[in-house]
Amino acid sequence: MSTTKKVTAAAVAAGLGIVTLSACAESSSGDSHGSGSKTVTLVSHSSFAASEKVLEEFEAESGYKLKVLEDGDAGVAVNKAILTKGNPQGDVFFGIDNTLLSRGLDNDLFEVYEAHGADSVLLAKRPLLDKKDRVTLVDTGEICVNYDKKYFADKDITPPETFADLVKPEYKNLLVVENPATSSPGLGFLIGTVAQEGNVEWPDYWKKLKDNGVKVVDGWDQAYNEEFSGSAGGKKAGGDRPLVVSYASSPPVEAIYSDPKPAEAPTGVAKGTCFQQAEYAGLLAGAKNPEGGKALLDFLSEKTFQEDMPLNMFVDPVHKDVKPPADFAKYAVKVDAPLTMDPQRIADNRDQWVKQWTSLVVK
Amino acid sequence: MALPVVFFAVFFAYPVTAIVARGLRPAGAWELGRIGEVLAQPEIREVLWFTTWQALASTALTLLIALPGAYVFARFSFPGKQVLRAVVTVPFVLPTVVAGSAFLALLGRGGLLDETAGVRLDTTVWAILLAHVFFNYAVVVRTVGGLWAQLDPRQEEAARVLGASRFTAWRRVTLPALRPAVAGATLMVFLFTFTSFGVVQILGGPAYSTLEVEIYRQTSQIFDLSAAAVLTLVQFAAVVLILLVHAWTVRRRQDALRLVDAATTARRPRGPGQWALLAGVLATVAALILLPLAVLVARSFQDADGGLTLTYYRALTSAEGGAFLVPPINAIGNSLLYALAATAIALVVGGLAAAALTRRAGRLVRGFDALLMLPLGVSAVTVGFGFLITLDEPPLDLRASWWLVPLAQALVGVPFVVRTMLPVLRSVDERLREAAAVLGASPWRAWREVDLPLVRRALLIAAGFAFAVSLGEFGATVFIARPDEPTLPVAVARLLGRAGELNYGQAMALSTLLMVVCAVSLLVLERLRTDQAGEF
Repeated sequence: MSTTKKVTAAAVAAGLGIVTLSACAESSSGDSHGSGSKTVTLVSHSSFAASEKVLEEFEAESGYKLKVLEDGDAGVAVNKAILTKGNPQGDVFFGIDNTLLSRGLDNDLFEVYEAHGADSVLLAKRPLLDKKDRVTLVDTGEICVNYDKKYFADKDITPPETFADLVKPEYKNLLVVENPATSSPGLGFLIGTVAQEGNVEWPDYWKKLKDNGVKVVDGWDQAYNEEFSGSAGGKKAGGDRPLVVSYASSPPVEAIYSDPKPAEAPTGVAKGTCFQQAEYAGLLAGAKNPEGGKALLDFLSEKTFQEDMPLNMFVDPVHKDVKPPADFAKYAVKVDAPLTMDPQRIADNRDQWVKQWTSLVVK
Repeated sequence: MALPVVFFAVFFAYPVTAIVARGLRPAGAWELGRIGEVLAQPEIREVLWFTTWQALASTALTLLIALPGAYVFARFSFPGKQVLRAVVTVPFVLPTVVAGSAFLALLGRGGLLDETAGVRLDTTVWAILLAHVFFNYAVVVRTVGGLWAQLDPRQEEAARVLGASRFTAWRRVTLPALRPAVAGATLMVFLFTFTSFGVVQILGGPAYSTLEVEIYRQTSQIFDLSAAAVLTLVQFAAVVLILLVHAWTVRRRQDALRLVDAATTARRPRGPGQWALLAGVLATVAALILLPLAVLVARSFQDADGGLTLTYYRALTSAEGGAFLVPPINAIGNSLLYALAATAIALVVGGLAAAALTRRAGRLVRGFDALLMLPLGVSAVTVGFGFLITLDEPPLDLRASWWLVPLAQALVGVPFVVRTMLPVLRSVDERLREAAAVLGASPWRAWREVDLPLVRRALLIAAGFAFAVSLGEFGATVFIARPDEPTLPVAVARLLGRAGELNYGQAMALSTLLMVVCAVSLLVLERLRTDQAGEF
């Protein structure tokens, strides 16, 4: 037995060694949360993007070192932030949108802070702001049905414009949408149909869509880059659906990332199907570096960052003095009157709508 | 035994309990009524039903396809056998994101099957079943084949001399000897398919959902933590049941069997029947395992127009393109470092647990044996979220620590270490140690001269398995890996989630590199195979 004991003792020692090592590694790498830290941490979803130059500008101006933590897709990132509430992974959260905002606010995710740039937000977009200044509006974008121009030209059919068009027989088996339970454009599109058709009638509309051969996939990538016939990815993958739920900014992306750049974008937007999405940022409750967080929030709403957004995240800036870059403006589709919905109404009904939708369309 | 118990309590039981409690005790009081409410929902019942029947079907299909393979690998010798055995094990440690995209490329639109036969199987249950065979083929070949190779063929021959027909001899002699191994493999495959996540999510589309997928959706998308907690408990109960039955069959396997050296039982196939069997098995392996792997490799070298290119491999060294803050190639270094650390932890914890299990008997210890397997069956999302909410305060403030990832990966490595070490440790004859002591050896020297040589190979094999499994771990890692330190599977998933040809190509290139690393470590394992049949 004594052999066993010795072996055990040696192994325990080795094990303790690991724990000790881990303690060391921890103290050397856990630098971002020290008090009075010169690091400010931005928690966001994996679509966050900004040019390096602009981020360096923030560091130079504020004297803080910026660390970005990209935390999965938008929904997962919000949920993780809520779970770690009070002891957050960073100081500022960016990327909670109007379809999920209530989840964050109900859980007291954010501290009250009015960013300096908030006054500069375009008047038309002000109503979307949280009334208590717990979050700062950073960008907006429209979720719309996109169409493959070539397909409709070849078939000599007019592309659809409105929700009502989508259920017409000439568009049978052409549309692919995302699952609202697992995808934020999918959720936006569902809410758009509710906004358009009404609380009671929307299930009937979806029944008609289903009868008209709508296809559902789990995520935007699959819908846009594989099923859709109009995107660069979809063409390669042999996508055969000329209608897809995506963004009003998708056509400029298709055009700008083509070589050579075409005279006009290969895809278009059904303007009557657009639902406005708005993205917010806020100071996380319990942030280790609230001062740095406030500086970062100011920066997100100021001109430099706002000007940088369109070509990095393909969203519309909300600062009134920011003009979109020339390339973006050239191909951009202007949506005059996108559908909107009060975040509170979304909050009260979202889960129920998704559940009802699932049993209606998927099962 | 203390260290493994503490390890599991702190890094498994505590986080999982905490996240379940968060769901079922939102306001400080248990709301157990939620269990009934959730289980009464028709959608949830559908999930339970689908989880069960697809696991049964997958297990049956895997046995049907893999048992002939187990026989061929056990009884026939043919050139390239070692390499092939390593290759069929690659899928088992391959992250599902990688395999999922390989199957999409095969069975989806524009895939091989679509182009040659006009058939598409994605979003059908067939894609799920076939992918499950792909992943679990090795489980059957290794567990059943490993034992089969060591059964003395002369016993069956003796029965035939005594007048039994070929079939009767097999049924009366070989089958009973194999039965516990088959039962063990069946239960493991059932466990893996019952808790299937990536395969179902990628290939099944929105219409299919297993318990594990539903736990993920409820936790990370719908944010209904109480529903997720209930489902976690249901899955937990099912997994405990499976593991208890498994522990029971494994114990029965230790009945005295006359085992011989595996090298002496395999011979070249004789007669047209055996050659046909060999050809059939090789063709199956080629179609079901080699082809999906080959598709990945091919895509990593193929440019947009179908020409050969190294663009994607070159792009891996650049941070441009935006998916990462660092060049994707760094993921290889991260993965190797994490996997090394995870292997070290798994060896210490698993080795100690195996040693404890060898020395002691009794119900409690056997229960602990089954408990060590639990991480294989408990939802990785649950563990990941659990880590997030529990390991965030001193003295366990590990959330921002580098060690979080290897700790999570070690959880899945430990079961493999225990299962590999246990049979070997149990077979060490106590009298050898006593003899050494009588001859004047110090306890340390007795261990070094007696135990170590016997255990060393098993230890290396265990290390190899833990290493490969850690390399491929995705579910928990994706939740806790830091964005500037992605592992290979996490990097692949992130690249696949981005639009554009270049990102897709890079994902394929990284997948190929991951596969090569896994295959090499498995090949090294093949060279180190012990005489004892490991339980994996």
